Amino acid sequence: MNYVDFLLWVRGPAFQIATAIFIFGLSWRLLEILSLSRKPELAVVRERGIAGGFRTIFRRFLPVDDNTFQRSAFIITAGYIFHLGFFIILLLFVPHILFFREFFGFSWPGLPTPVIGIITIMTLLALIALLINRMRHPVLRFLSGFEDYFVWIVTFLPVLTGYMAFHHFFHYPLMLALHILSVELLMIVFPFTKLMHTFTWFISRWYTGSRAAQKGVQV
Amino acid sequence: MSAASFERGYNAFKEQIDAPIASYFSSCIHCGMCAQACLFYTETGEPKYTPIYKLEPMRKIWEQEYTLFGKLKVLLGISQKLTDAELAEWQELIYGSCTLCGRCSMVCPVGNDLVYMIHKAREGMAAAGHAPHSLIEGNQRAINIGSATGVGLPTLQAQIKNIERDTGIKIPIDVPGVEYMALISAIEILNYPEYLSSLAKIMKHVGKTWTLSSKGFEATNAGIQIGVSDIAKELLMRIVNEAEELGVSTVISPECGHAYMVIRWEGPNLIARPFNFKVQHIVELLDEWREQGQLETEGFEKARLTFHDPCQLARRGGVIEQPRKLLNMVANQLVEMEDRGKMNWCCGAGGGLAAQEESEALRLKAFNRKRTQLKTLKVSQLVTACAHCREHLEEGLENNDMKMSVVGLTEMVVKHLVDKNET
Repeated sequence: MNYVDFLLWVRGPAFQIATAIFIFGLSWRLLEILSLSRKPELAVVRERGIAGGFRTIFRRFLPVDDNTFQRSAFIITAGYIFHLGFFIILLLFVPHILFFREFFGFSWPGLPTPVIGIITIMTLLALIALLINRMRHPVLRFLSGFEDYFVWIVTFLPVLTGYMAFHHFFHYPLMLALHILSVELLMIVFPFTKLMHTFTWFISRWYTGSRAAQKGVQV
Repeated sequence: MSAASFERGYNAFKEQIDAPIASYFSSCIHCGMCAQACLFYTETGEPKYTPIYKLEPMRKIWEQEYTLFGKLKVLLGISQKLTDAELAEWQELIYGSCTLCGRCSMVCPVGNDLVYMIHKAREGMAAAGHAPHSLIEGNQRAINIGSATGVGLPTLQAQIKNIERDTGIKIPIDVPGVEYMALISAIEILNYPEYLSSLAKIMKHVGKTWTLSSKGFEATNAGIQIGVSDIAKELLMRIVNEAEELGVSTVISPECGHAYMVIRWEGPNLIARPFNFKVQHIVELLDEWREQGQLETEGFEKARLTFHDPCQLARRGGVIEQPRKLLNMVANQLVEMEDRGKMNWCCGAGGGLAAQEESEALRLKAFNRKRTQLKTLKVSQLVTACAHCREHLEEGLENNDMKMSVVGLTEMVVKHLVDKNET
């Protein structure tokens, strides 16, 4: 198998398998969570809590107060850079948009490539900084296990290989194939790891926000 | 309550896990921010006090029982089943270093309500036999004598006599058909009887009918604290039965955050039906009367003072503005702590922590947070609306040689009421 064959396999059957696992796994996990349901609130509530849940989905994007920000300034800042960077690259890099067009049949405008280049470097640096922080901060070092480092690797690799492929490191078809392969790895492990937070954070925020709103507390 | 065993505990944990909990565990990426909101971490720097780590046994059960992949991991030998020894080790974390203050739930970026989970984890721990002895004994006293501290009806009756003699106001007991049934906490009976005398004066001032109940007077609920819902239900039913039998329209929670959380919020869920009476914290009620113009006060407090928000009343109960409105009526030198209201730091003694001797050193260390908060304010008086906070604040202040008096809000308002007989 030469590089081009490898690229074709990665883009073809491998991608289909990864997509199937991703979509099936994701649906399964969400079903596992939601099917547990919860008991209705029987106390006389101050408000119904449905809107309150949605308010919390948005309110939690910012730290609740200055003190909270100051105590976790690094992780909040680096975390934002990485998350925003990751999604900007994923959704606004022109070749990615062309790929999505193939898939969904519609497209949207992208960002100029040099801008994506800068954002990619910032994202990589933020990820590295977060990893170092995880290994050095007493609480994070204590809490972190295999999975925490594993999901870091599978998140870091697509960004890194994407950057390398774009700049034609080594052999371009090989680099591109490795980039797509790393994305497939991310998609496959996604439903079985804490990467799931991508799809559950708003469920969590809604539940918490709704219960607090019923009690009359803005959280 | 049947005999505790690992199996019972395991099943109790399983029963507690609902969709919010499954979502919370799925969402946690170990960012560590909850540690920064917990006074046991901030004051000791010990990573094991990180709130989400306290939930590790529960997370394991969730993963292994409610996720396909978790079950697979057990089958393949990648992850080990939870053991009794692990639960024993976690007793210190679930009971001994958490006041259920809920500050962690305010900062989690994915929105996890951590304290909701700790509450539920206690159900599993207690059923497994890993609750502290002091709390188990407290539960026995609550069932047999009437309160966790062992204060019963005879003590209350004696205090009532004293109060009636001192104030000349009759304290009604077991009177049917009145509007309000007041509850009281054992600490107030024993250490702060001024609460009851203040209540009697206020009721006279606003001209409302009220009563205590000889069978359902204790407001606190040891069963909720330890996490045994059978006991919690039994204790709660004493109040519910009395309130319904006497036909009152409102039950008044005393100055106790825990009691308010139990009766106002947990209560109907605990007995699986809505109450047919209203529940109000005394501070809520006072503020309602203030708004209606029923409280006539005169003069202002001379001291520079601040207000300590009881966690269960403010952050977990939604009563935040009312105490401030009341204070502004009787004090003109109110200064606020930097972290206040829903973000106030716990006094360090909630969640049954004060009853556990083994946690005393940690509890007093955690008080450093409150000390730091108070030092910058230069106040000479601290007002709160929870007898339990009050007791611990007094102890903490004394331990730190800080000269500051601690006062209950109801008592402070009453001090300024205009005596209607004289005018």
